[in-house]
Amino acid sequence: MIRFENVTKVYPKSARAALDDVTLGIDRGEFVFVVGPSGSGKSTLLRLALREEAATSGDVLVAGHDLKSMSMRQVPRLRREMGAVFQDFRLLPGKTVYQNVAYALHVIGKPSHLIRQLVPETLEMVGLGGKGGRLPHQLSGGEQQRVAIARAVVNKPQILLCDEPTGNLDQAISFDIVRLLDRINRTGTTIVLATHDQDIVNDMRRRVVQLDEGQIVRDEAEATYHRRTS
Amino acid sequence: MIQPRFLLGEVATGLRRNVSMAISVVLVTMVSIFLLGLGLLAQRQADTMKGYWYDRIQVSIYLCNEYAEQPNCRGQAATEAQRSAIRTQLTAMPEVKEVFFETEQEAFERFKEQFRNSPIAGNVEAGFLPESFRVQLSDPSKYKIITDQFQTAPGVAQVQDQEKVLSRFFTIINWITVLTVALAVLMAACAALLMGTAIRQAAFIRRREIGIMRLVGASNWTIRMPFLTEMLLVSLLGVGLAIGLLWYAVHLIFNSGINQIAQLQAFIGAHDVWAIAPWMAAGVLLLTVLTSLVTLRRYLRV
Ligand SMILES: Nc1ncnc2c1ncn2[C@@H]1O[C@H](COP(=O)(O)OP(=O)(O)OP(=O)(O)O)[C@@H](O)[C@H]1O
Ligand SMILES: [Mg+2]
Repeated sequence: MIRFENVTKVYPKSARAALDDVTLGIDRGEFVFVVGPSGSGKSTLLRLALREEAATSGDVLVAGHDLKSMSMRQVPRLRREMGAVFQDFRLLPGKTVYQNVAYALHVIGKPSHLIRQLVPETLEMVGLGGKGGRLPHQLSGGEQQRVAIARAVVNKPQILLCDEPTGNLDQAISFDIVRLLDRINRTGTTIVLATHDQDIVNDMRRRVVQLDEGQIVRDEAEATYHRRTS
Repeated sequence: MIQPRFLLGEVATGLRRNVSMAISVVLVTMVSIFLLGLGLLAQRQADTMKGYWYDRIQVSIYLCNEYAEQPNCRGQAATEAQRSAIRTQLTAMPEVKEVFFETEQEAFERFKEQFRNSPIAGNVEAGFLPESFRVQLSDPSKYKIITDQFQTAPGVAQVQDQEKVLSRFFTIINWITVLTVALAVLMAACAALLMGTAIRQAAFIRRREIGIMRLVGASNWTIRMPFLTEMLLVSLLGVGLAIGLLWYAVHLIFNSGINQIAQLQAFIGAHDVWAIAPWMAAGVLLLTVLTSLVTLRRYLRV
């Protein structure tokens, strides 16, 4: 589903590579944690997969697209097959929960009848059934992140990328969010989750890819946040 | 395709968030199109008048009478032979459309009629005003042919042409046109710059939306559409207001007063405003689309 082959990313005016010769394969339906200290390149990895940035060298393949040879006009089509969730939710403050989720479908030209069907269905799925009419500031942080997740998956993407989705949330709420993501993963969506949060990683026991200074230092299935010292 | 209802909602929100910019684009567009319209209308006025006057414009060949002091006459009235020679020559010329002969008596009557409200009418007697040939040319601008041929012909006191007087008037109208159109172009440049600024500001205000649209894979066209629609609405509103103002101006100046006094159809009217309106609207449309696309291309990179 996602393949990085000898990918290096050097940001302009930066001496050090943010990603340094990374090779990584993620299969359809996998749930992968990307961990590592601050500045190790987790966000960069996700940004390359979303084609928000282009790799300096190496190949990035996502959902059958070769991002290197992709023209700017094809990028929107790639992004329609992916969803993304961030630490800061990125909701539109003037729009209701329902409108925020519907927005993602409107702007890719989905017909109204489909929107009227998909949005309530998705809100129900993320556990915001009765809250479609609220504005974001009338919701808790956890609920806001659920709206963001609903928006990311309402178009039924194959891949969901999460960059520290629980970074602004407390422990209990973080577990709820990760369990929601786990449910989404069980419907077949590939999930890549970059995080600092030891507890959620340890709780889930899924594949862990650990980065350090732009290089993969560990790639382990059913793993914990820290390398097992045995 | 993006749903029209959704697009209009986005446009309405955009305009509401940026009202002062929208108003300034409306006003600047209005003023520039109003000026352009004035220039175009002045030109149409000149054309209308040219048509009107060219139908009536005549070259007058005044014949000698006893009072004539021109060297050609030497105080002698034109003879019957000279008169018929001139007439024959005139009717033979291909440039001449029509020839009228005005007797001394007719000239006197016409003079009295023209100056009936003026005291000088009393000072003039029949016989003082010379007889004349009134020559109508197929192309009034070629009056020099007549002047050259008859200036020194025997029995001719003077050749007078009305075109000269009119041409000065047309020069003034042309200057008015040049001036207003130049101002209009300047204002149009202002309008384009202002639209660019308005779009940049709107893009800043909508940066959150733009970020999300990109993230979820909206096409470039979808991202640009609200901006383009906003600018088109606003600038076309400006054109609409300008056309209304032009119509009102023409109505005020021409329809109420002058046409009744002059009893002529030599003036432009509302139909001239309607005639130039589509062109001005199309021009603004083009200007808006080009300005918007160039600005969006520069400031809305994916
Ligand atoms: N836009 C940018 N321009 C220049 N350098 C950047 C840019 N974004 C990230 N970097 C650099 O690239 C490196 C990796 O950054 P990245 O954001 O991928 O780290 P991260 O693992 O997500 O860190 P964190 O856990 O703090 O989010 C860092 O050294 C950072 O300074
Ligand atoms: Mg990061």
